[in-house]
Amino acid sequence: MSKLGILTKGIIKENPVLVLVLGTCPTLAVTTQASNAIGMGLAATIVLLCSNIAISALRKVIPDNVRIPCYIVLIAGFVTIVQMLVKAFSPALDEALGIYLPLIVVNCIILGRAEMYANKNTVGDSALDAIGMGLGFTLALFVMASIREVLGSGTWFGMEIPVLIDNNISIMTLAPGGFFVFGCLIALVNHISRGRAIKKDSFGCAGCPSAKACGKLGCSECAAQEDKV
Amino acid sequence: MTELAHFDFKGLVIILMSAVFVNNYVLSKFLGICPFLGVSKKLDQATGMSIAVIVVMLFATAVTWPIQYYLLNPNGMGYMQTIVFILVIAALVQLVEIALKKYVPSLHATLGVYLPLITTNCAVLGVTILNIDEQYDFVASMVNSLGSGLGFMLAMVLFAGVRSRIENCEAPEAFKGLPITLVAASIVSVSFFGFAGVIENLFS
Repeated sequence: MSKLGILTKGIIKENPVLVLVLGTCPTLAVTTQASNAIGMGLAATIVLLCSNIAISALRKVIPDNVRIPCYIVLIAGFVTIVQMLVKAFSPALDEALGIYLPLIVVNCIILGRAEMYANKNTVGDSALDAIGMGLGFTLALFVMASIREVLGSGTWFGMEIPVLIDNNISIMTLAPGGFFVFGCLIALVNHISRGRAIKKDSFGCAGCPSAKACGKLGCSECAAQEDKV
Repeated sequence: MTELAHFDFKGLVIILMSAVFVNNYVLSKFLGICPFLGVSKKLDQATGMSIAVIVVMLFATAVTWPIQYYLLNPNGMGYMQTIVFILVIAALVQLVEIALKKYVPSLHATLGVYLPLITTNCAVLGVTILNIDEQYDFVASMVNSLGSGLGFMLAMVLFAGVRSRIENCEAPEAFKGLPITLVAASIVSVSFFGFAGVIENLFS
């Protein structure tokens, strides 16, 4: 695959949120305001970039059977660094993201990319993959947050929108609105990409580091996934 | 050392109830969405997974709370929270699994398969960090964890029922599968709004 292809596949074709459906928790939780979504997206992108580079550089050093704990330690280290940077330079963002900032550690996108991409590819390719996936994540968060903020609060990046500000649908910024907008966006992606994108019937297990254990549950998707691998 | 909030019995009941109903982890805080959407297809799996989550949440809180207050804070290493907690949870899940396998094989047969899935469940890491953020004392932390676990179970079990009805429905082509499940989750989460306001007035 060309270098450009590696970079761009994460943004649209294999968008981590809307096509691969990974990292749903932050997607639903922080998308009440467009500015929060950008902040979250960039924080996760930085962690993903650092972890992909480090894991790819260490891929011949880390023993195969303890790789998941090693990845978790590396990722947690980078998350802590990002957490401290955000606290120091943007306390307002830290306040807005709250618990979801440390929870980047358990974001499936990051562990998923480490497991699926960084431990098999060179440092350069892994960095490109991380940037693409990170931008895709940020883009999806941004689109969702824009919809929710415009409809729910009648503002966009805090700017008031004339007619909507008086007719806001406040449930859009609450929990149900999050589920609803996310469902509709995925349906839209399904509709547009009919047949061309990776068909996504249900929650995928490809990126889930627990896929092997999960296969024991008799979950058909995991079994199918393992067959493919 | 930061001042800890202490609660009387009434306060603890309010923490428990609001963790189960009002601040439901899945439906209002969006923690643990992956297992919520992934394992809620069948009722028995949903129950098994939630019991495992409750057990791990309680153990994790019982271990991480003392670590934070007696090990990290006195040594000025509060910033190591994220790294230490995730490692503790990962190690704990392994230990619980080994212990169950050795001493209670019958329970291991039913719950064992769910345990490895829990390490990366953000609800468990989330509850341990939130307990510290809210400055709950040890008892309140345990109560909050229990409530969060029960809330997770409630959401999973309710949603397993909703999903079994959706399976037989004819959804528009683009909505089939995941999108319609999310829309259903949205409606279930609206129903939890009914509890808001009830809890605060529980004792008045």
